[in-house]
Amino acid sequence: MNHLETNFYEAVSVILFGIGFMNLLLQNNLIKKFIGLNIMDTAVYLFLAAQGYIFGRVAPILTDGVIDASYYVNPIPAGLVLTGIVVSVSITAFSLALVQRLYKHYGSLNMDEIMRLSREEEGE
Amino acid sequence: MKDKKSFWEHLKAWVDGEEVILNADKYIATRTPKESLNWHKFFSVQNVKENKRNYAVLSVGITALFIGIMLSVVDALPEFGSPYNPSNNEVMVRYLEKGIEETGAVNFVAGMILDYRAFDTFGEANVLFLAVMCVVLLLKKDKKNYSAKEEQENQEDDFFDTNEKRPILQIGAKMLAPMVILYGIYVVLNGHLSPGGGFSGGSIIGAGLILYASAYGQKKMQTFFTFKTFTKICAGGLLTYCACKSYSFFTGANHVGYEIPKGIPGNILSAGFILPLNICVGLIVACTMYGFYALFTKGDI
Repeated sequence: MNHLETNFYEAVSVILFGIGFMNLLLQNNLIKKFIGLNIMDTAVYLFLAAQGYIFGRVAPILTDGVIDASYYVNPIPAGLVLTGIVVSVSITAFSLALVQRLYKHYGSLNMDEIMRLSREEEGE
Repeated sequence: MKDKKSFWEHLKAWVDGEEVILNADKYIATRTPKESLNWHKFFSVQNVKENKRNYAVLSVGITALFIGIMLSVVDALPEFGSPYNPSNNEVMVRYLEKGIEETGAVNFVAGMILDYRAFDTFGEANVLFLAVMCVVLLLKKDKKNYSAKEEQENQEDDFFDTNEKRPILQIGAKMLAPMVILYGIYVVLNGHLSPGGGFSGGSIIGAGLILYASAYGQKKMQTFFTFKTFTKICAGGLLTYCACKSYSFFTGANHVGYEIPKGIPGNILSAGFILPLNICVGLIVACTMYGFYALFTKGDI
């Protein structure tokens, strides 16, 4: 079970996921946090696309009239990536809209600052 | 001790159905809010975050541990690109070998997402619609959530949009936007024949609309694309999708036999419902993309 060299797409996607996750944890700026979230999404797409690839085969679109499963790569991860992209776009747009509202209310994008101001507002 | 005994008596009465709540009136009159333990104060992220260095070290450590575990999983995964991987199973063989016969689409992925898994794609279109509706809820400006400062800013923006000369952007947009939109339409209409489809073509059309709007301003855009057209296209697209797929699910599940003719694979008018569904999805995605842009910049479509 030593496939780390052959599976380098998956390995890179895992590392990319970690980078995005660290961005999510360490950044205080909300927009940078969501950039981190998007990097994590991209890592998942890379992983799925890598799972579907098969050496020496062509994209799953009918070429030269060959109807044979051993001629094309796996089409299922493409559909899954499409779903992922749509969900990621929706989540990003929704969260950025929330960030815009937060900025209008508190005048800051810094997470700690927003938390402090909201506590002051609550009167804790 | 006596209290406890009476509690058990009460409980017995409650089990027998003679009392509804144990000492209900007395309890409501005398209850005090529980002294909560404030766990969230001891273990809150904010408390950990107070100490910046500890927080950074902790998060780097957690991420490194996570990456290590995942890398060991990747190490145990089957080899990349091998045709004998468990992910390349009989489902894929079925889609590839029976795809053209059953869906009529030359693009196997289009046949998969808009015929075999059309319900899933309907969900995706709904997710997009829901997201844009949430953004409308959060960001759309109307008379009630409008301050004088924002009003003034908006008027200044409009002034610059109409009076400022931006020849490179405007001429570029005038020449490029129709091409971009035309290419998007091509990608949508050929979704079942070539790479692309409703989602990618729709985002290309949306990009063309955004280019035009950024060059000529919101006012000019509103001459042909208002909030009303936006809602009509989105809701109409979703309803058409729903009707098409309901029809094919209903007739297919009941073996009625009123199937849409598949046509000759490779022709533009083929593949049953895939072309209209692609058009529906493309319209929804284009409207959504432009809607996001307009709402984020001006707060209005």
